[in-house]
Amino acid sequence: MTLKTTLAATTALTLAATGVFAESHAAMSNDMTIVSWGGAYQNSQLKAYVEPYVALHPEVNVVWDESSAEAVAKLRAMNEANNITWDLVDVEAADGIRLCDEGLAMEIDVDEALAAGDDGSTATDDFGDSLVSDCFIPQIVFSTTVGYRTDMVGDTPPTDICAVFDTETYPGKRALNKRPLANMEWALLCDGVAKDDIYDVLATDEGQTQAFAKLDSIKADTVWWTAGAETPQLLADGEVVMGSTYNGRLFSAIAEQDQPIGMLWDAEMLDFDGWVVPDGLSEERLARVMDFLKFATDTQRLADQAKYIAYGPARASSAPLVSTHAELGIEMAEHMPTDPANATNVFVTNYGFWSDYRDDLDSKFQAWLAQ
Amino acid sequence: MTDATHGSAADKSVTTDPSGPMLAADGTPLKTSLNRALRKQKRRALFLIAPLLVFILVTFIYPIGEMLFRSVENQIVGDTLPRTVRVLADWDTEASDIPGPAVFSALAKDMMVATEEKNHTRLGSRLNYEASGLSSLFRKTGRGVDDVGEGYTEQFVALDPAWEDPQTFIDIFAGPRWLDANAEYDGEGPRPTFRLAAGIGEVLPQTASIYRDFARVVQTEDDDNPAEEEPWNTVYLALYEDLQAGAVIPADMAHADMLNAAQVAAASFTTTDVLADFVSFDKDWADRDVWRIIQTYSAPYTTGYFLNSADLQLTPDGVAWRPENERVYVTLFIRTLIMSTAITVSCILLGYPIGWLLANLPSRQANLLMILVLLPFWTSLLVRTSAWKVLLQDQGVINDLLVWIGVVADDNRLALINNATGTIISMTHILLPFMILPLYSVMKTIPPSYLRAAKSLGATNWTAFWRVYFPQSVPGIGAGSILVFILAIGYYITPEIVGGTKGVFISNRIAYHISTSLNWGLAAALGAILLVIVLGFYWAYDRIVGIDNVKLGG
Repeated sequence: MTLKTTLAATTALTLAATGVFAESHAAMSNDMTIVSWGGAYQNSQLKAYVEPYVALHPEVNVVWDESSAEAVAKLRAMNEANNITWDLVDVEAADGIRLCDEGLAMEIDVDEALAAGDDGSTATDDFGDSLVSDCFIPQIVFSTTVGYRTDMVGDTPPTDICAVFDTETYPGKRALNKRPLANMEWALLCDGVAKDDIYDVLATDEGQTQAFAKLDSIKADTVWWTAGAETPQLLADGEVVMGSTYNGRLFSAIAEQDQPIGMLWDAEMLDFDGWVVPDGLSEERLARVMDFLKFATDTQRLADQAKYIAYGPARASSAPLVSTHAELGIEMAEHMPTDPANATNVFVTNYGFWSDYRDDLDSKFQAWLAQ
Repeated sequence: MTDATHGSAADKSVTTDPSGPMLAADGTPLKTSLNRALRKQKRRALFLIAPLLVFILVTFIYPIGEMLFRSVENQIVGDTLPRTVRVLADWDTEASDIPGPAVFSALAKDMMVATEEKNHTRLGSRLNYEASGLSSLFRKTGRGVDDVGEGYTEQFVALDPAWEDPQTFIDIFAGPRWLDANAEYDGEGPRPTFRLAAGIGEVLPQTASIYRDFARVVQTEDDDNPAEEEPWNTVYLALYEDLQAGAVIPADMAHADMLNAAQVAAASFTTTDVLADFVSFDKDWADRDVWRIIQTYSAPYTTGYFLNSADLQLTPDGVAWRPENERVYVTLFIRTLIMSTAITVSCILLGYPIGWLLANLPSRQANLLMILVLLPFWTSLLVRTSAWKVLLQDQGVINDLLVWIGVVADDNRLALINNATGTIISMTHILLPFMILPLYSVMKTIPPSYLRAAKSLGATNWTAFWRVYFPQSVPGIGAGSILVFILAIGYYITPEIVGGTKGVFISNRIAYHISTSLNWGLAAALGAILLVIVLGFYWAYDRIVGIDNVKLGG
């Protein structure tokens, strides 16, 4: 009798529990694949967005994929294969525009999908100019800049971006990104093209030839990197005398790891980085992603990310909340690319240009590399 | 199992006429009987391997076949720009610098559809493989193409405001069956596919075709009802062209009066220069070369990818070299072959003595040595390659050691990484077990007494080795070389990590085209060529050394 009752009770309980379980989770998927850039940057997203979110929703299981550098190619391939395995992808502004144009990223109504600013402004106003595409939800302002070994540059540390091309004053290897972005602009800038004319020149065949000719002068001295974490590593090993990477990575190497590295704030390439949601997600997955997105892009979360990495939050309302580094207690604002002292000669990346010309210049750049 | 048949056949053969066929016990000819028995056996064998066969067909042969098919496939141009391709076929490249207005008008319609379906960037990427610059051309055009023909829209609407009403177009173009289905549509599932009214294609051919595309795009891309959406400007452009081309409007057609009035008025419409619109998006539309490329690649199949693999290109004047700064593949193929050969030779030089030691040392030491050979073999490839990175880099272990000994100066360290040297060193290490193991298994079977016999007959050590031992170990060298060479020719992880730009192989380019540029056609063509090269080497090896001389073991 008792056994029977117990069994019946257990079964009923189990059934009920399963029912509740199934019901509460039918609406939202519990697995979410987030694509990012790896290293210190991805870690800052983990600390500021994902860990607090998972604390609120312990049933969610987040998988990271460090493929942002080839996000466009992979999303194109996934679309071709009709099997979208990513839920949320971190990309640069130009790639966000490209993915939107190609129908690979979903258009998102910012005011409807995202939280309003803490100061009461609408999401559209709060994000302002950083909303460069209908599909792109900005997170940070970052810059691509150059770091150098303080002990390998003699008594005259570089102050000018053109030190990259000056192999006489600064002999040794350089680390540069294995893609045309930033390299082409710097090459033209150091070949005497005025800053305002660079994208007009770069849109012409002659301008592209000129940029490659300038890059030819250091081709033999260059190590090409594909992940942002490589340059800090190469600098720490003394393999290169200077190299380009994202300013937050250099901050981590200098402030957190105490490496003998200095960084340039000259003609640093300012750009936005943000989320896109791949087009064609199932309803449950989409519901989970949008829920996370709303949480991860609110005023406080964007300000929190700045505790872990030196990138400026994309919301205006987050700026006053930026505080000190989570472990070192350093004031973060002065290490941001948006700080006035750092932005004296900033070079704003023309993401519109790059969304149009990226395919053209990629193929030319790769052919140039292979020669 | 054929014993019985055999026996009786033998018995029978004694008694039958020697000139006739041998007969089995049941009177059928022995040959037929034997064949039948064998066929049964073969069928059973086939049945046994069927799962494997199906597995290989489905997971190996079919995908490779499909991949290789991509090396000639080129439907995207004709599929995305159907109207343009049709009109462009008549363009004489010699007679005029750029195609006539009909082509630009067709392009406006095709681009409008492609942009709404978001296919124009794909076509741009495809054509960009042939001449870089075309991707940005299509992207920029996609941003502005919805304004092309706006002048006509305004003039039609000024003539009669009813031209602005979506219902006017539905009345003229929609077929009755679709109208019924659309009225019944309740918001669930896919919308009923738009269908044209019967006969409208003959009356207003251009307009009907573009309006059908418009209606379908509105349904599939925007999930809207075409009866509530204003048509694109290109629909008005097409309507103007149809009316100007002398369309005869049947009196019983819907809105025949409006169409007739429009036809009269259209004669005095202000015309729009579609070409000028396109040139305002990008001046490359006035570039003869762009049009020649589109014309050349409008066919559904192309040899372009294979030509590209050999640094050639298809031009209207025939096959020609690609521009100097785009020629990379021939160099890469040659580099791949030379470096693979170098790796194979270094593997033979390093592996031969080790194989000999393994085969001839007392088993205790030989086993230890064997473990030393196998241990790296069992370690992850990436770990070993990364370890070489640490060893070979400028401030790495090897350079530090050489500086410490004083062989090289501190400011003149050897460049051992990010070049061909790095690739050869690390790949030799990684592929070495594939040479040692076949060498060892062959050497193990060479009796040591042969060497002793040669020496006792007066041979020197060298002669005994060279004339007696070495020839017997050649099958091992052959097997090891084939393994190492074929593995090396297709390697890509190690060159990618330690090869820099001068030490990469053709497979790195294939990987780049597969995963980054997504030029799968070119990747397929390069892969097919690589496959043919490997088969060619195999054939040559068979002719020179003989494939029967290859031994992987005793």
